[in-house]
This record gives sequence, C-alpha cells and structure tokens, in this order.
Amino acid sequence: MSLAVSQVATRGAVAVRSVDKSYGNQQVLHEVDLDVAEGEVLVIIGPSGSGKSTLLRTINHLDKVDRGTISLDGELIGYKVRNGKLHERRESEILAQRTEVGMVFQNFNLFGHLTALQNIIEAPIYARKIAKAKALARAKELLARVGLADKADAYPRQLSGGQQQRVAIARALALDPKVVLFDEPTSALDPELVTEVLEVIKDLAKSGTTLIIVTHEISFARDVADRIIFMDSGRVVEQGTPNELLTNPQHERTKSFLSKVIEPAFNI
Amino acid sequence: MPPATNITTSPDVHEPATELLEEHIAAGPSHNAAPNYADYAVVAARHPWRWVGTAIVAVLAAAVLYSLLTNPRWEWGVVAQWFTAESILRGLGQTLKLTLISGSLGFVLGFILALLRLSSSPLFSSVSWTFSWIFRSTPLLVQLLLWYNLGYLYESIRLGVPFTSITFAEFQTTSLISQFAAAVLGLTLNQAAYSAEIIRGGILSVDQGQIEAATALGIPRWRRSTKIVLPQAMRAILPTAFNEIIGLVKGTSIVYVLAYSELFYTVQVIYNRTQQVLPMLLVATIWYIVITSVLSVAQYYIERHYSRGALRTLPPTPLQQLRAFFTTHATAKINSPKGQP
Repeated sequence: MSLAVSQVATRGAVAVRSVDKSYGNQQVLHEVDLDVAEGEVLVIIGPSGSGKSTLLRTINHLDKVDRGTISLDGELIGYKVRNGKLHERRESEILAQRTEVGMVFQNFNLFGHLTALQNIIEAPIYARKIAKAKALARAKELLARVGLADKADAYPRQLSGGQQQRVAIARALALDPKVVLFDEPTSALDPELVTEVLEVIKDLAKSGTTLIIVTHEISFARDVADRIIFMDSGRVVEQGTPNELLTNPQHERTKSFLSKVIEPAFNI
Repeated sequence: MPPATNITTSPDVHEPATELLEEHIAAGPSHNAAPNYADYAVVAARHPWRWVGTAIVAVLAAAVLYSLLTNPRWEWGVVAQWFTAESILRGLGQTLKLTLISGSLGFVLGFILALLRLSSSPLFSSVSWTFSWIFRSTPLLVQLLLWYNLGYLYESIRLGVPFTSITFAEFQTTSLISQFAAAVLGLTLNQAAYSAEIIRGGILSVDQGQIEAATALGIPRWRRSTKIVLPQAMRAILPTAFNEIIGLVKGTSIVYVLAYSELFYTVQVIYNRTQQVLPMLLVATIWYIVITSVLSVAQYYIERHYSRGALRTLPPTPLQQLRAFFTTHATAKINSPKGQP
C-alpha cells in the first residue's frame, strides 16, 4: 500500500505569527511563532493542555485567533488584507480555505449515518463541487490505499477503531489538501490498532504532503518527523530534529516531559 | 401444562439444582473426567407467573369485548351505517388534509426556528425563542379564533413599503382568511413552536465532533445542518415528533370552533340531527384509531430507516420475525428457538 501521489512541490507552507488565543480567562496560546515548510512533517509533542490541539484548530480556522496571523502558502487564513486592514473573510471563502487543510481527529468523527464511501465523497462533492462519478472513483482509490477497499459500504460503527481512523484519513485526503493536520490520531485506539494507523501516516509522510501531527507516540515521532516541537503552557519551548530534541533536549521542562513519556526501550 | 402444577412443584425444582452444584464443587478436584453434556436435551425454563398473567389479561379482555359487543346502547348498527358514509369520508379527508399540511409546514418551520435558536446571532436566537414563547403560552383555541377574526383587527392587508403610501397589492382580510386558512395558520404556527423545541433537542443530542468534522471539511452550513446533523438527530426527534403528529391528528378536531367541516365537526352535525351521539362519536374515534395505527406502523419503519449506521445490525422487523417463527416451526419440530426479538 503506497500513498505516493504526484504532488505539486510548491504547496503546503504554513506560517504562524505571534498567535494568541484564550478561552475565557485562560490563555492557551502565547505568542506562538512557527514555520512549516512545504512537504515537511512536523510533530508537536507536549503535556495535555499545552495548546497543541488548539494550535491545530486555529490553522484551519475551527478556532479564531485572538491576535496574530496564520497563513498557508502566503494566503492569510480567515482574513484578507485590504487598505492596510485585516478584513474577516466571508464564510464561503473560509470554507474554501478549509478544503485546503485536511484534519484528522482523535475521535475519528466519521459521519455515523453514512458508509465509509459516502463519508469520503461528501466533501469533494459538496465543498469542492467535483462530479459524483469522479469523487467515487477517487474515494475507492483512497480506500484501497488505506487498505480498506472491501469496507466501502460499511458504516463506521461496523468498523474497528483503527479502520475508522484510516477511513477518516482517506476522507481528509479526498480533498487533496495542501496540509493535513492530525490531532492525536491514535489516542483513542487500542494499542494493537495503533500501528495500522501509524503505517498509513508514515506512507503519507513520504508522499510530500505537509503534515502537522500532534501525538504522544514518541517513537513514531522519531521515525516520521522532520522536526519536532515541544509545547508547554501555550508556548513553543523547544524545537529541533528528532535526534536533537529527543536525545539531547536543552530545556529542563522538555527533559522532565521526555523522561516521563519515553520508555527505556522504544520500538515500533 | 396447567399453571397450578408448576407453582406447586417450583420449590422442588430448586433443590436438586443446589444439590447438583454442591456435588459438582465437592466432586471437582477428585473427578478428572468432566461429564459430557453434549448429548443432553435442553429443557426451556418455565415461567408459571406468565401463565397466570396471561389468564388474567385474557379474562379482562374478554369482559371488555363482551360488554362492547352485547350492550345495545353502543348501537353498532348505526356505527356501521355511518362509518363509510360520504359525509364522514369527506370530513376524514379534511382532517387528513389539515394534518398533512399543518404537520409538514409546522415541522419545516420548526426546523428553521430550531436552527435560528441555535445560531450564534443573538437576534436570530431571541426571535426564535420569542416565537416559541408566544405560541406555546396561548391556547390553540384562542389562536384559531384570533386568526379567523383577523378581519376585525385589520380590515385589509396591504403589501407595500412600510411607513409610506406605496402599495403593491391590497386584500380584504376576510376574503383572504377563510376557515381553512385560519385553521392551517393556527395549527401550523402552534405546531412549529412545539416542533422547534423537539428538533432543537434532537440537534443538541448529536455529537459536537460531527459538526466540527463537517466544518473542517468545508461543507457548507445548510448541507451540514440538513445532511450531517439532521439525519443523526432524527433518532432522537422521531419518537417525540410522532407523538406530536398523532396529537395533531386528533388536535385538528379543535377547528370545529371555526365550523370547519373536518371529521369531528361532521360527526357533531350529524348527531345533532339524529341524536345518536355515542355511536357517532364512536365512528370518529374508530377513524382516529385507524389513522393513529397507520402512523404507528409508519413510525416503526421510519425510525428503522434512520437507525442505519447507529446499530451494528438492525433487529428483524415484526414481519420478518413472524416469517422466521413460522419457517423454523414448520421445518424443525424439536429444539427450535422461539421467535426472539
């Protein structure tokens, strides 16, 4: 099963600039700056409540930032620059921008009343206005790539957690997004099922699509990431290649976090 | 087997079982060869109290049926004579028409009101709230009379630019609001207020993650509401919605105050003439029962339709169960499981 697709090389660069975000009184993101290059695989690690998921959600505008900007290939997410002011985009434009950013959720969030195939073709047809026959052909191709060609007519509840998450990945890919965001994609899975999902993501990483992955699977991060960032209390504490960050962390906070999550022998 | 025998023997039934258990425990370590139960016949558990219950219910049902059939004052002959009379069928048609129109308009409007109520705009949500508040706080009877007498409050209805004399069209209110229009208006708006709350409850029962996923995929808002959220909300909406529709079928009888000739008004007109009050009420009642029964069957299948994907496998329908029951009993005489749900 190979996810190698002919990707246009010049797409999928994300730039996050001094982003602040609060929920009520609680500030969850502090002055976050981050650049993700085209085709880069970035893994975000950090304790619960460190703002990792919120950061992902701001990238496809599920959450609005309070301050700062996020852009994808130079285009601001959610805003338009006109006469030196940032104008909020219309909903239809925001929806169009979201189709450029795929998202995979911790709880899969497959549409329970639709079959695997219907789940995948929904967005291409109704968000991208792609002809149904074309969307169906593409959906079947994607299902085959995630190893679930025989499950096209199964409803999500008839699938295991790992299979559901693979369908969810296929659904995110159906829009040919420039960036795919993974929000703890294996946290809700039985240990046995984690590998099958991670394998799919690994294949995808080789295909040249930009990936931003929030995960607690440190050994997977080491395998797949071009770069790892460590977040705590809404700030990017430290970043580097997997080798730098995981084996030689500079900050005390990173060291103490890693000492808790890395088991003596880590192998996938 | 007669129930009495079962009751008297039941204490004895337990003792051997206990003994057997103790014996088994005691024998456990010493006997290596476990008894082979493969050839044993399975005896189904007996439920003596079910037989008692069945008998009581049967006697009561027989008593009710006997009184219904033998008391001459029910005047079944009159019921039969009028049951399919043309005037009654016409009235029935009007009742169905009112139910269908007000029911569907009411639920469509209710859906829109529910979306308004859940919208992030404080204006929309308070408009929706106020609508429900007003129509749920006033008696339907008052609403109907008010709509019918709208001509008294406003002699004409003018379509134009507010606060100017520009007018595109003008209607006499009394010619615009017929009995039928007043009935539909009253029933629809009232129904909308209630169904808005039912639908809102259903929408709230759908996992937030579904909306989030649809949003993240860039699916437009209306499609999100109607094709992702609503079908999943239906499971929570349907039981209560059918309550409402069945209530509406009978609720249409209230429009008799407008002298609108639906089923109930027709029946009243007839018994005022013939003085056969009870049999005529019975005619109406039986028709309401028929409609409700049809709706209940429809409800079963519609609920089943919307539980696709919510259950791993759908349980068989009563018809399928019945068919399975007869095929198993026809082919296998022993050890056949009863048609279980």
